[in-house]
Formats: sequence, C-alpha cells, structure tokens
Amino acid sequence: MAKQLVELKENKTVQPSRDEALALWTVMSRIRAFETEVSRIAESNEAEGYLHTYMGEEAVAAGVIPLLEAADWMTSTYRNHGHAIARGVPLAAIAGELFGRTTGVCGGKGGSMHVADQNLGMIGAMGIVAGGLPIAVGAAFASNYLGEHRVAVSFFGDGAVHQGAWHESMEFASLFNCPVVFVCENNLYAETTAVDYHLLTASVSEMTGPYRIPTIQVDGMDVLAVREAAQRAINHAREGGGPVFIEAMTYRYGGQYEGDTQTYKPPGEVEYWRSRDPLPAFRKVAIDTGLLTDDHLDQIAENSKREVADAFEDAKNAPFPDLSVGIRDVYKEWSE
Amino acid sequence: MSRQLSVKDAINEALAAEMELDNRVFLIGEDIGGGAGRDEQYPPALDAWGGPFGVTQGLQTRFGRNRVIDSALAETGFIGACIGAAVAGLRPVAEIMYIDFIGTSFDQLLNHAAKLRYVYNGKVSVPMVVRTVSGAGFRAAAEHSQSLYSLYTHIPGLKVVAPSNAYDAKGLMVSAIRDPDPVIFIEHKRLYMKECEVPEEQYAIPFGEATIVREGKDVTIVGIQKMVHTSMDAADVLAGMGVEAEVIDPRTYSPLDIRTIVNSVDKTGRLVVVDESHPRCSLATDIAAQVADLAFASLRAPIRRVTGAHTPIPFSPPLEDAFIPQPSSVVTAVMTLF
Repeated sequence: MAKQLVELKENKTVQPSRDEALALWTVMSRIRAFETEVSRIAESNEAEGYLHTYMGEEAVAAGVIPLLEAADWMTSTYRNHGHAIARGVPLAAIAGELFGRTTGVCGGKGGSMHVADQNLGMIGAMGIVAGGLPIAVGAAFASNYLGEHRVAVSFFGDGAVHQGAWHESMEFASLFNCPVVFVCENNLYAETTAVDYHLLTASVSEMTGPYRIPTIQVDGMDVLAVREAAQRAINHAREGGGPVFIEAMTYRYGGQYEGDTQTYKPPGEVEYWRSRDPLPAFRKVAIDTGLLTDDHLDQIAENSKREVADAFEDAKNAPFPDLSVGIRDVYKEWSE
Repeated sequence: MSRQLSVKDAINEALAAEMELDNRVFLIGEDIGGGAGRDEQYPPALDAWGGPFGVTQGLQTRFGRNRVIDSALAETGFIGACIGAAVAGLRPVAEIMYIDFIGTSFDQLLNHAAKLRYVYNGKVSVPMVVRTVSGAGFRAAAEHSQSLYSLYTHIPGLKVVAPSNAYDAKGLMVSAIRDPDPVIFIEHKRLYMKECEVPEEQYAIPFGEATIVREGKDVTIVGIQKMVHTSMDAADVLAGMGVEAEVIDPRTYSPLDIRTIVNSVDKTGRLVVVDESHPRCSLATDIAAQVADLAFASLRAPIRRVTGAHTPIPFSPPLEDAFIPQPSSVVTAVMTLF
C-alpha cells in the first residue's frame, strides 16, 4: 500500500526574541567575516589545499542550526565552514584545521573539507556530495531505535540529488520513519553546471514527492523564513512524524572552490543575488521591527571581524602536528 | 560430548548470542529475514529466507523485525545508515548479499566508514560489521562468484576477516561485533555446510592471529579461506610424495599475521600462496611481496602463487572448475620448488 504524505503542521510565526535576533546576526556576520578572510588567504596563497566558501548562503546555516538541541546530529559537506561556525565550533579550531595545525578541530588531519566536531554532534563533513545523507539517516534511525528523540540534519547541495545515495537515503528515511531533516542548499550550481541543466524537474523539491517526504521550499536568503521552515521541520521529525525536506533557494557568491574563474556565471547574476544579500536583509527587518539597532549590528559585525583575525593569527602561529600523528587513529585497536 | 556445527550455523549462533547479550546489536540486509510485507499471511512470513543461504534463519522470529531488518535492495542506503547508527551508539551487522555487490555500497565503506576515525583524529568510532559472501564454485557466474578480499584489505581503516571453518567463524564473528572499528566479515558460500567441532559457549578469537593447520618442514602453503582446504588436500598428496607441507590459515587479512608466515618460511625455505581470486594485486601477491621483503634470505626457491585467472568467472561448469585452484595445481606448483 502506497505511503500517504503526512502534511506538516503550520507554525504560528514567532518573531525571534532580541537575544535570538542577536544570535542570528552573530552567526551570519561571523560566517561572512570568516569566509571573507578565507577568500583573501586563498588569493594571496597563504593556505594550501581546496577551500570552498559559503558566502551568500549564510542564512541557511544560521536559520537551521541554532534551533538544534545539543544532542542532535548533523552531517555536512566540503562546504562546511558555515555549518561549523553555526554549531559553535571555535573559529580558531576551524582556522587551525584549514592550516593543518594541531589546534585544528581534527588536529590538522581533516583540512578545510572535513571540518566537524563530534563533540557537538557533527558526525562528519563529507567530501562526496551525497555521502553524508545515509549517515545522517542512520543516526536518526539509531535515535528511534534507542527511543532518544534526537533529530539528525543533513546539509548538501543541489548537485547531490543526482547520486544514488540521495535517493536511497530518501527511501530509507521514509520507509523507516527516521527523524531526519534534509536541507538542500540549492545554490544554482553543481560545481560549474547550472541546476536548470542537470535537474529534470522544475525544482529539487519536486523530486521528493515519490518518497512521500513533506517538503518546504524556502527563500534561502531570508534567515527568518529559513528559521521558520526549519522549526516546523525539526518539530515534525522530533515528534515522530518522520523525515522532512527543506530546499533553501540560495546562491554561492564564490566559485566551486577558491580559484575557480567562474566564467560560467552569466553577467549580472552575482550582482542580482548580492542585491538580495541575507545580511542587509536581516538588518533591515531587525531595525524596522525595533529588535536591534544599527549600533548593535555594527558592533557585532566588528567583533566578528576581530574574532576572525585573531583566529587566523592563532592558526598561523600554531605548530604542525608531530609526524607520529600521521599514523595514529586508523584503528582503535590494531594487532599487526 | 563434542558438538559438530556447520559454518552457517556457527555464524547464526554467534549472531544470536551477541544479540542476546547486547541490545544495541541489530541486523540489516536484503532478505536476511525475508517475507517483509507479508507478515499477516498464514503461516506468518517471518524468516521466509534467512538470507539466500539461510545464515540468519530463525533470528527474525526470535528477535523481531525491529532488530532483524529486511532492507530495500539499496546497499548504499543501508550501509551508510549503519555508519550513522554505529556513530550514534548502535552495533550494526549488515549483510551485503554477495561480495560482488560491493560496488553499489563502496563509497560509504571506502570514503566514510574507513575514514571517520582517522580524519576526526580519533574522536569517532564506527563499530559495524559487514557480512558478505564470497567465492566461486556455485555456478553463480561472473557477478555472484568473485573473491574480492584485496579490495577491502587495501583500505586502511577497514578490518577484513575470512574464516575457513565453523570454529573460527563463531569466534571471529564475536570479535567482529565487539570490535570498535568497521569489520568486513567474508563468508565463503562453498564452506557454509562444512562442519567441525564448535563449543556451545561464546568465545572470541582475536584478529591478527594465523593458525598453522598442518605442520611440515619442506614447504609453507598459505591458503586463503576455502583454499585452506584445497591446500590441506594438496598436503596429503604431497605427503605421499615425501614432501611435508606446512599449511597456514591467516584467518584475518587486515590485520595480517605475517610473522607466523615468515617464521614458517624461515623453517621451510619455500612458499606457495593459494588464493582463488584474480592474480593481480591479490592477497597472494601481497603475502608474496611481504615474505620477499622480510624473509628473502630464507628462500631456497622462488615464491609461487596459485590463483584464479585474470578473467571474469565463467558460468559453464568445466570452465568454472578450471578457474578455481585445485589440489593438483597446488601440488604441481610445490613440485617446481624442488
């Protein structure tokens, strides 16, 4: 018998409190400041390795992640800095990881593409586009199995929807009613390939229909809209309703990675999306509703820049790992 | 009184006892119970199959569908889910119905299960087992007959276990389930019905300890899983020819007890490795290379490998039989060393 789609409950729109508004702005301004610095160090060749920035997509991480409880699970991708910042990984631990230093959140063994802190429920940041989905589903499955009411959230891009892992995750989650929230950051490009070329449906959201997963498409440049969608999704999953899918329509200001010439982007596209930038948009709402003042917002933005500068300074001065670390932690126990 | 048990039943017994001991242990795979969706039939359809070889037969009736889970035919989905479940505190035991199906799940094993502990600097454990079925000789043709031991053994972060008898199967399965890292547990479809004495109590066999299944002074023969038996048959023939072969079963390929093999070669001066998988980059080549490195001075003759051919596995019975190393091919290889 075909599974019926369970409708999501409507949320009564709740304005964020002043503290919540401050927290949203803090997360977004930290991510913006951090990624601006990442872009700068990439351009000046101060860091090695692939660097994928999250500029333009800040409202998605800021709208979803602060709503999670401490025990909830997350998976991310190689474009993970924003998720890690929103989850509260210290900036110096992220910067240290980008430089491969002992102070990095993975002790330097992960690098920019694998920033995640298991102590904060981040299972991993995967280098394979749909790699994290089945793993998040499994953590959610465990939550049901153990009767824990933990929710798992998996972030991925529009490029991930083509992989078998994506489809198998949708099916598994729906079949076993796993409390997982899938968050697709549709930034219009799978690497260099435009979503309207590779997507056979009109939207990613349309692809979840056959899996009977309640789905919300939301303006990913509007942090309050993302937040409201995420709250509905998380509540639904936590209350035993099963998986929920969010498609956040957003945009990647930078390239696939730093150094990408982005010749594939049509003229005016970046400018259009920058005119909808989530930070000034939120600033306007926060001031218009009397939640925050310009001074407040400016002060936090300035603080974020200083925190980021300190984090990178700390990272550059931190030691590289001892070479013995390179052969450690392949296994917990080994007898050869 | 001693009790004889088949490999199949020994694995079943180990799984059941660990499930009894630890609620976190659950089984998932394609048709490992069988009959899902037909629970309301009379008679109830629980345990319709117990997997295609009946290894998990009876466990669904005993532990229910919540702990013996019939997955969809979607290996990436359920192997990935096992990784997440393992990180989140469970002890998943997945079944990949045939080792040949590894391709559909390999990203999850190769890039995630094997890497999480290392990349995250020891902060995360993935205590899961993937049971899978290997081997030719079942007339199962090219895509259900391979012996892909080396594909897994190559990957740091995975452990690889392949018992050749029921006693080892039970003890190694117990260790696999209790191990803090991902373990690939390879069962040979032609060994399932093979019996030996198996204690009723639960016992664990540590990984990385080879056994010397027959002692001898003239040549060392290392057998890979079912090839242990082929090697033993060859050793009987060789004994009749006045050659005393020492036969070693490594039991686990990652970690590999190379020390026991090297000690034997130091004594015999000759090595033959028998592996039914393809010859290139196989366990046979790996063991040969390690012995050449570690015991070159002890060798009195070249190392010989007896393997399947560098071909897919054919269906036609005489062709398949010709693919699989036979005792006679082992005897022939040994006799070139004298």
